[in-house]
Amino acid sequence: MERPLTQNISSERPPLNLKEYVAAGGYRSVQKALKTMSPQEVSKTVQESDLKGRGGAGFNTGMKWSFVPTKEPGHVKYLVANADEMEPGTFKDRLLLEGDPHQLIEGMIVSAFAIQANISYIFLRWAYKKAARIIRHAIDEAYEAGYLGKNILGTGVNLEMHLHTGVGRYMCGEETALLNALEGKRATPRAKPPFPQVSGLFGKPTIVNNVETLCNIPHIINHGADWFKSLSKGEDAGTKLYGISGQVNKPGIWELPIGTTIRELIEEHAGGMKNGYKFRGLLPGGASTDFLVEEHLDVKMDFKSIAAAGSRMGTGTMVILDDQTCPVGFIHNLEHFFAQESCGFCTPCREGLPWTEKILLSIENGQGRKEDLDLLEMHTRFLGPGNTFCALAPGAMEPLQSGLKYFREDFEKHIDLKKCPWR
Amino acid sequence: MAIIYIDNKPYEVKAGKNLLEACLTLGFNLPYFCWHPAMGSVGACRQCAVKLFRDEQDQTGRLVMSCMEPVRENMYLSIDDSTAKAFRSQIIEWLMTNHPHDCAVCDEGGSCHLQDMTVMTGHTYRRFQYKKRTYTNQYLGPFINHEMNRCIQCYRCVRFYKDYAGGKDLDVFAAHDHVYFGRAKNGILENEFSGNLAEVCPTGVFTDKTLKQHYTRKWDMTMAPSVCQHCSLGCNIIAGERYGELRQITSRFNGEVNGYFICDRGRFGYEFVNSINRIQQPLIRDRVPEAVNKSDLFAHLKDILSGEIIGIGSPRASLESNFALKKLVGKNNFYQGVSKEQVKLMDTVLQINNSGQVHIPSLKECEQADVVLILGEDLTNSAPRLALAVRQAVIKTAMDDAKNINLPSWHDAALREYIQEEKGVLLSFYPVNTKMDEIASQTENLSPDEIARLGYAIANLLNSESPGVENLDEGMAGYAKVLAEVLKSAARPLIISGTSLGNESIIKAAANIALALKTDIQKASLAYVVPECNSMGLAMMQAASYQDALNPRKTFQPETLVILENDLERSLGADEANRFISSFKNVIVIDHLHNSTSQKATVLIPCGTFAEADGTLINNEGRAQCFFQVFMPANENIRESWRWLDEFNQIREGRKIENLTDVSDLMNELVEEMPQFKRAETVAPNSDFRINGQKIPREPHRYSGRTAMLANLNVSEPKPPEDPDTPLSFTMEGFRGIPPASLIPFFWSPGWNSVQSINKYQAEVGGPLHGGDPGKRLFSENETGEREFLNTVPAKFHPIENEWLIISLPHIFGSEELSIYSKGVKERSPKPYIALGKIDAEKLNIHEGETLQLKINDRIFNLKTIIKDELAIGVAGVPWNIPDLIGLNLPAKGILIKAKS
Repeated sequence: MERPLTQNISSERPPLNLKEYVAAGGYRSVQKALKTMSPQEVSKTVQESDLKGRGGAGFNTGMKWSFVPTKEPGHVKYLVANADEMEPGTFKDRLLLEGDPHQLIEGMIVSAFAIQANISYIFLRWAYKKAARIIRHAIDEAYEAGYLGKNILGTGVNLEMHLHTGVGRYMCGEETALLNALEGKRATPRAKPPFPQVSGLFGKPTIVNNVETLCNIPHIINHGADWFKSLSKGEDAGTKLYGISGQVNKPGIWELPIGTTIRELIEEHAGGMKNGYKFRGLLPGGASTDFLVEEHLDVKMDFKSIAAAGSRMGTGTMVILDDQTCPVGFIHNLEHFFAQESCGFCTPCREGLPWTEKILLSIENGQGRKEDLDLLEMHTRFLGPGNTFCALAPGAMEPLQSGLKYFREDFEKHIDLKKCPWR
Repeated sequence: MAIIYIDNKPYEVKAGKNLLEACLTLGFNLPYFCWHPAMGSVGACRQCAVKLFRDEQDQTGRLVMSCMEPVRENMYLSIDDSTAKAFRSQIIEWLMTNHPHDCAVCDEGGSCHLQDMTVMTGHTYRRFQYKKRTYTNQYLGPFINHEMNRCIQCYRCVRFYKDYAGGKDLDVFAAHDHVYFGRAKNGILENEFSGNLAEVCPTGVFTDKTLKQHYTRKWDMTMAPSVCQHCSLGCNIIAGERYGELRQITSRFNGEVNGYFICDRGRFGYEFVNSINRIQQPLIRDRVPEAVNKSDLFAHLKDILSGEIIGIGSPRASLESNFALKKLVGKNNFYQGVSKEQVKLMDTVLQINNSGQVHIPSLKECEQADVVLILGEDLTNSAPRLALAVRQAVIKTAMDDAKNINLPSWHDAALREYIQEEKGVLLSFYPVNTKMDEIASQTENLSPDEIARLGYAIANLLNSESPGVENLDEGMAGYAKVLAEVLKSAARPLIISGTSLGNESIIKAAANIALALKTDIQKASLAYVVPECNSMGLAMMQAASYQDALNPRKTFQPETLVILENDLERSLGADEANRFISSFKNVIVIDHLHNSTSQKATVLIPCGTFAEADGTLINNEGRAQCFFQVFMPANENIRESWRWLDEFNQIREGRKIENLTDVSDLMNELVEEMPQFKRAETVAPNSDFRINGQKIPREPHRYSGRTAMLANLNVSEPKPPEDPDTPLSFTMEGFRGIPPASLIPFFWSPGWNSVQSINKYQAEVGGPLHGGDPGKRLFSENETGEREFLNTVPAKFHPIENEWLIISLPHIFGSEELSIYSKGVKERSPKPYIALGKIDAEKLNIHEGETLQLKINDRIFNLKTIIKDELAIGVAGVPWNIPDLIGLNLPAKGILIKAKS
């Protein structure tokens, strides 16, 4: 089985330095793209590969690039790597950042070439200190070797790359809030349209891509769109970093063909549930995705199949709920996070999330009332997509709405018993 | 235009607008918070949700925020949709989770947009059971009160203060449900437009602190449409009174003039009306006691008004009052109460305005300029609202570019993001740094004559018929060339200059540039800032300077002088004023405040301020505007100047005194005698105007306590005072609809108690008032006629050893005569100082803060030194007419000596 994204990553040793990376076949896609392909050809290949954004939204990457205006010579454009990985339960980009930094840089050089950007940023989560050290060193190496800077490999292509570490806000993972933060402004989202492809960083055309997305680019360029599609087991193309956390025997992260089933992930790769713990449900793609339960275990982990099951693929890193954990407390913990991470720009999110958090806490503490469930349901309805300014609150409502559906009895028990049955 | 369907009915709406604007313009009551007609949309509050359908067939639809949705042809939407309604009401419930519901003790109560929107959505009971979030409030200075717990986080305050007005010391802090709007630490809000926060804030977070000193609910005030008295721009205001005390000034929307906003001097400068320094009774100075009643006064006046008398008019008195004085003294004995130099400056301005060869822009038009050139004005301090307009001009010009990516003009955050720091062209030239510099693309600090020379050089480059400048050094010539090119490339150039520096050449140079920019298809815009609220009106009366009244060639020197609302020490300088006044035996002064001139009066007459009188003012663009009496003073001695003067005239003519029954007769007479004021009589309807037979009430129908408020004096409710002069009444009764635009005493509409009810008074939301914005412009442009370039190019400015050119530096707070009576304005005004350039300071061996002695016009001042590096050698500046530095006739030569310590 091919594992292009993690082929160079080993927990036994530090990440490959530039020399080792090149020796392992690295930076070949830069040679190929910059020397033998036009930006349009690169974009076309990526579009044909059906690579979908790995940050959670699952939009065709090549398509996203195609919205960048092309006919503006001398116009400033930016490429930004979204490395602000802060979705609860998600640690996939961290592996790529710490494990193989040159793969990301290579992917960014080719992507920047495709959209003809000559300035790029890596917006890195503040807490990823080790990744920051590794990336900074790798950027220095790449500059020294002529992969970054002016006239890359004598091709006349220029690309500057900057590492920017945030100050630790979940909101910065939203691409427009990320851009505001990068500009030194408050990390609040922007209205779309205009999309960043038209007016992004500093008001200039900008592409923001997730780290994992960008890391796929070199391999697509090296091996072609068909090869990339052939890697998959499901509806979507390529491999995917899947992770599992919770009471399983071997929590971890694996690169597998996209479309691997949930059951295979839990049972084969994570070694099944720990002794004494029973599976109750899971969030397939991070905290802001709907619960799936027993009946969904054979669903394939690809964007379409997960959506059909009533959830979202998200980041593809799942969190498992077991029978020893109170679902109300579990969801309260998530809503506490989302309420705290609301940027405070729009009313429903700013005021609605703290309210749901307070209700959940009061239910968990045995002070819940029957009508609280109606209030929670009202929030799941009214904090939906389009009603709030960005996707933060709708995401926050996903585990709550599905939790109310699948674990309603547990909620009611809290209210009837006036206490948490797990305490 | 586009057809949209709202709840299945077709409506024609303007393209380019958003759905919220379209719905409000159509008269729908759609609630909103963060959108503001002057500031556009950001989509933060989510209050204006409507259901939008894909097409006619779609029954499901989706919620959209109407403020963020552009109007498109054939849109199907529903305001009444049950989900949309439930969502809007839910937004209020969310906002209420943290709002303290302290309406009963909140200054905003009764004129609160949040209250109105709460009722509008139908939200009543809150289900939130938990503890509310609380904040610490801040001290924000003398003007604005801060009560953060009430905040609903609509972000309007920072959007106005930072984005619109360019303020730097108010911001948004923290995140999630603890977002905080305030300063980084306690302190005075620095921006000159901070008072607008009280109107922009939809609830009681930012409120008028001066109102707090004598708080009254909006519905309990008697209000009248008025015009600001504190600079020459003539911003429209609403003034409110209760118990004979002026309580509050708010902006009165006029789309052509101030729009939604006024400056802090205009808003907070009203307290002189309530001053203990008011003149309360007629005084005859050689009587004991001095105070006399009306019949004694008239008997006394009968003698002294009989012969030839001299009248001194005023740039801060109404046209009616000035005219009544002119009538009293006769055409040949009416003089302008300003210095000869000032008369000359104003004559020059007038000559240019009358030429019809330039376009005189309204403030709104100023906001549309793409290149702005300011010659010799510090707008933030001399005409603040114009500074705000120029700020919009440079932003809007940059935003024009956003059309390339189809960004609509209301999409505020996206537009600002797109333009980043990009600005339109602003070229600003003034002796010292000004606040406009921060948005200027080119700025130089030059001596007044050098500003004029630069201006002439530019004009000469634009059109060689305009006189050239001799001995122009190379650097300056090159610079002029660059500036001329920039101006030439402008589509809508605007030249701004004025009288502040007292330099006629600057005024002429500005005119020449505007004349040179005139093309076959359009005239360039030229705006002059003039000293006072009716300087233009007085100048248009074309009287001579007071000095001519003492012309030695006059064979006969009259004994009686009548001074109308004018502190001559301020207008003429102390020495001149003394010399002038002492040449008369009888000095009748009509004014409302005691001042140095009233001290010298032999007969002192109390008159009404703008709040106790009706009148017409001509602003800097030649726009005639009416202000209306707000209340009838309890003190019967306080009457309009024109009413006193009319009666003096009857005394003089030996008639039996009758009350002037209709001030519009006076106005008609004025227009007949001085046709240059034609149209001024049509600004507002006459006193006999009625709607459905009714007058327009100055009091809202909820005005309370009328029967009780004077019961401590008399249990019988007194008859409300009558107003014979205008179509307005001093009562609650009368016509309740929307009156003509010039007669709006307050903004109110059912369900809309706050100032946001302006929407209902506009033909189009954000646009002109129904029937057109009030005011009549008196200058007209000529389609024909030749432009004539002006000529008095000054010689190169050469500093003279041990002598300085002392110039006046205006201050928004401090330089204006009446507003300084407001405690807050006084607090914000500068202490006397002398500003000096770096090299001169070194020469004098003086350091910042040390005392420098200024000898000027035989007067000596010891002043604290402020070193302004940018001031030219040989030029020094003092704050214009602030207390302790009144009556310097500037510019003038002065001598500076380091004071011995």
